[in-house]
Amino acid sequence: MKINHHLSDELLLDYAAGNLTEGWSLVMATHMALCPSCRRRLSAMEGAAGALLEKVEPHDVPEDSWARMKQRLEGIRIEEVKPKPAAPQKDALVFPEPLRSYVGADLADVKWQALGLGAYHLRIETADPTTQVRLLRIPAGKPVPEHTHVGKELTLVLSGSFYDGDELFGRGDVEEADDSLLHTPKASPGEDCVCLAVTEAPLKFSSWIVRLIQPILKI
Amino acid sequence: MSLDIPLEANTCHKDVPAPLRARASSVRALRVTNPNLTQTSNQILSNGEMARLLKAVASDRSIEAFEALFRFYAPRVRSFMAMKTGDRQVAEELMQETMVSVWNKAEQFDPERGNVSAWIFTIARNIRIDFYRRRRPSFDPQDPAFVTDDVPSADVAFEQVQDAALLRQAMATLPPDQLDVLKRAFFDDVSHSTIASELGLPLGTVKSRIRLAFEKLRAALEGRR
Repeated sequence: MKINHHLSDELLLDYAAGNLTEGWSLVMATHMALCPSCRRRLSAMEGAAGALLEKVEPHDVPEDSWARMKQRLEGIRIEEVKPKPAAPQKDALVFPEPLRSYVGADLADVKWQALGLGAYHLRIETADPTTQVRLLRIPAGKPVPEHTHVGKELTLVLSGSFYDGDELFGRGDVEEADDSLLHTPKASPGEDCVCLAVTEAPLKFSSWIVRLIQPILKI
Repeated sequence: MSLDIPLEANTCHKDVPAPLRARASSVRALRVTNPNLTQTSNQILSNGEMARLLKAVASDRSIEAFEALFRFYAPRVRSFMAMKTGDRQVAEELMQETMVSVWNKAEQFDPERGNVSAWIFTIARNIRIDFYRRRRPSFDPQDPAFVTDDVPSADVAFEQVQDAALLRQAMATLPPDQLDVLKRAFFDDVSHSTIASELGLPLGTVKSRIRLAFEKLRAALEGRR
């Protein structure tokens, strides 16, 4: 698997700093489970944060701080960290963690909801009211009308692929889009394309596939 | 183990009232019992030194090694926590939580995956996230669907030891506007779009500062190969 479309530095920085909401973090972490290159970039950013932490102006800690700490440590029994039992080795899991736990199933067992015209979706529940996260299944070869985004969107391909203009997005690739991007995604022929998409929440059905279907279903 | 670092009073944070400052430094002077194991919080420990101390905590539960780490990191983690919360009491509690977590998780520190300061930053960050009751899903290297890195880990381990010093050097060469954006992101806990509006800058300007900063850091890290 060769990933060609990666997370931007600014999104990775937000993730490294811990200031993204759950919805964005879920899609980014799922991409990084598939992408060693973005994980190395994340490590470098955490390294930068560590270097800044060393240089930060130290706060004077209260005089009893170490005494309190020592007292707490005395009450702690370190439990040996046992390696987690390996998850049952199923062949070719399509959804890596953290996505698989959120869905509660792998691709083969997703309880899709039909959107019509051969497209399906599954809304993924999070505790994050600012985003909408969905799995989308786009029928092979289906074109999507040109559209711009209202707000940001991050789409991760999990299975199959789509073209946006000349660019091919396959498994593991992410596409970051915002208001300024006019794009015309189209699922590649031969195989349905399964994506994980996060969008800003106030929008109704802002995902491009849903917008495709929206006028037809009158939703 | 000996840390040959001269003892001197800590530089206090500027918003500490003077009487408190005086008391804190005199008390510290009195409490110094083993000069070999105590260093000022201003002295940056070398990466190798920090990794050695953390290893002593992991393998021997060495309280002395942990105290040395605490003396160095506690004032910094507290400072980090205070920047977002603005509350000294909360900052102290979150710092204590972070350091307890460092003690508990010392065995999980993997020098192949980063340096001690970066590791402690991630622990502090996660504790701050929990404090605000947010969730930050992350990947699981034990997951069978996880795609492992094919870079041999022995090489990575060797390189990581160099990384910390190189990163520090590279950070020192960043232009102030780029460094400022990184500090805001890591310390103030705000997204790059919030930083743009705080600074009254176009989003594109903030994005390019971030990209330029990391290009420079990556170039510095790759330059050693």
